[in-house]
Amino acid sequence: MKILVPVKRVVDYNVKVRVKSDGTGVDTANVKMSMNPFDEIAVEEAVRLKEKGLVTEVIAVSCGVQQCQETLRTAMAIGADRAILVETPADLDLQPLAVAKLLKALVDKEQPGLIILGKQAIDDDANQTGQMLAALADLPQATFASKVELTADSVSVTREVDGGLETLALSLPAVITTDLRLNEPRYVTLPNIMKAKKKQLDTMKPEDLGVDVTPRLKTLKVTEPAKRGAGIKVADVAALVEKLKNEAKVI
Amino acid sequence: MTTLVIAEHDNATIKGATLNTVTAAVACGGDVHVLIAGHNASAAAQAASKIAGVAKVIHAEAPGLEHGLAENVAAQVLAIAGNYSHILFPATASGKNVAPRVAAKLDVAQISDITKVITADTFERPIYAGNAIATVQSADSVKIITVRTTGFDAAAATGGSATVETTAATADNGKSRFMGSEIAKSDRPELTAAKIIVSGGRALGSKEKFDEVMTPLADKLGAALGASRAAVDAGYAPNDWQVGQTGKIVAPQLYIAAGISGAIQHLAGMKDSKVIVAINKDPEAPIFSVADYGLEADLFTAVPELVKAL
Repeated sequence: MKILVPVKRVVDYNVKVRVKSDGTGVDTANVKMSMNPFDEIAVEEAVRLKEKGLVTEVIAVSCGVQQCQETLRTAMAIGADRAILVETPADLDLQPLAVAKLLKALVDKEQPGLIILGKQAIDDDANQTGQMLAALADLPQATFASKVELTADSVSVTREVDGGLETLALSLPAVITTDLRLNEPRYVTLPNIMKAKKKQLDTMKPEDLGVDVTPRLKTLKVTEPAKRGAGIKVADVAALVEKLKNEAKVI
Repeated sequence: MTTLVIAEHDNATIKGATLNTVTAAVACGGDVHVLIAGHNASAAAQAASKIAGVAKVIHAEAPGLEHGLAENVAAQVLAIAGNYSHILFPATASGKNVAPRVAAKLDVAQISDITKVITADTFERPIYAGNAIATVQSADSVKIITVRTTGFDAAAATGGSATVETTAATADNGKSRFMGSEIAKSDRPELTAAKIIVSGGRALGSKEKFDEVMTPLADKLGAALGASRAAVDAGYAPNDWQVGQTGKIVAPQLYIAAGISGAIQHLAGMKDSKVIVAINKDPEAPIFSVADYGLEADLFTAVPELVKAL
């Protein structure tokens, strides 16, 4: 069985982003970029399934600018066998529906038994692509996975839901999206980074897959969130209780 | 122009998130209909018919809809989607699970986690963990939207008198099955709906300390308990208590953060709270930059003192 793992290049999760003064977006020039944290968990899970002997090949995919190659090399350093980049122009606003269509075309081509994605990307916070891919490819889905048990023809997935956990059984092929607690991604080692440079990385364009990637949503403006007024420090618990009772009137 | 709200319910009662979503639906303009897709869910349908502002409740009844499987619920929504200009889901675990499936099948973009309706086709939504607010416009014929519940007031649960109409249930997809769930039982208010939340972080040090120190404070205030990711990952608190970008988004009247440093990802989940109190012994902790009242102290002495003083 093959596993397909889509990965996204995003602004590193530690960076405090700045909104551009002209309101067109956030400043991503000269900002550290990394693999979306949920996607690292997805790659790790796919590689662990391969190490258990349940999977023959792990293919990492990324859609976006040419620099996404670095993200794919990271995936291969974790243990993905090969990679595919669907390259799009730098000025294109690539949205989840378009990515889901590109991935659907790759699913048709590669025929994976399982597709594992992150539950959301930390830049657009959309939480859509996995579900959209499952719908377009007419596959069952298990989102927000915290445990995955794979057999030859089905997969059992424990999901994080609002009140606790629930478990689903899906027939294969299937789409899974990862939550934070599915696993702890390994650190990539220098020898593996070197080996990843020799692994196969194919590049294609949306046209090669026959997919229209025109954005459907127009971003009119991006602004800073409202700032909170500066707070005060209180000296002790008594002062805190007094403020909460008499000033804020919340207790 | 008519808006459909996909209700979140447990077949017997309507979940609070549905009420906030109805308010967002009213803001979109036009009539508001509510879909109850479930099993033995007539009680939920009756409850939905009483929500103020709802014109009609559509009730679909089938065993395959009992647990809200995305494949089945999405098919049910698609069966009636043709009648609507807007389809709104609460941005909860179940709404986020189903909405994109509906959007993709209709070949439209989805607008996630809206916090404001500007016009019928323009909405505000936070991006980058709430560090930027995007105003987006949809040119699609149908708007598929998930609603951040803290962005909208709850509609009144009584006062409405909508008609309940039964619709044919769609067939079970056969590719996914519900096997079981572990839902934590709690007497406390629900985290996302609580007026007061007390939240603990890594500094608690162990599950025992978390329970020993934080529970009495929550009891005293009638508050819900929350936690940072660090506390959840360390096993001090269950997963569904996590507040943050990837956990619950909350906006209570009062949020008390004890032993939480205030990483970007945590702030994303609570910075719209009305009053924020931070108790932390590190004067440099970023949580103090958003706190209305900061107390620089060891939480193991300050929290019990606070319980006593209340």
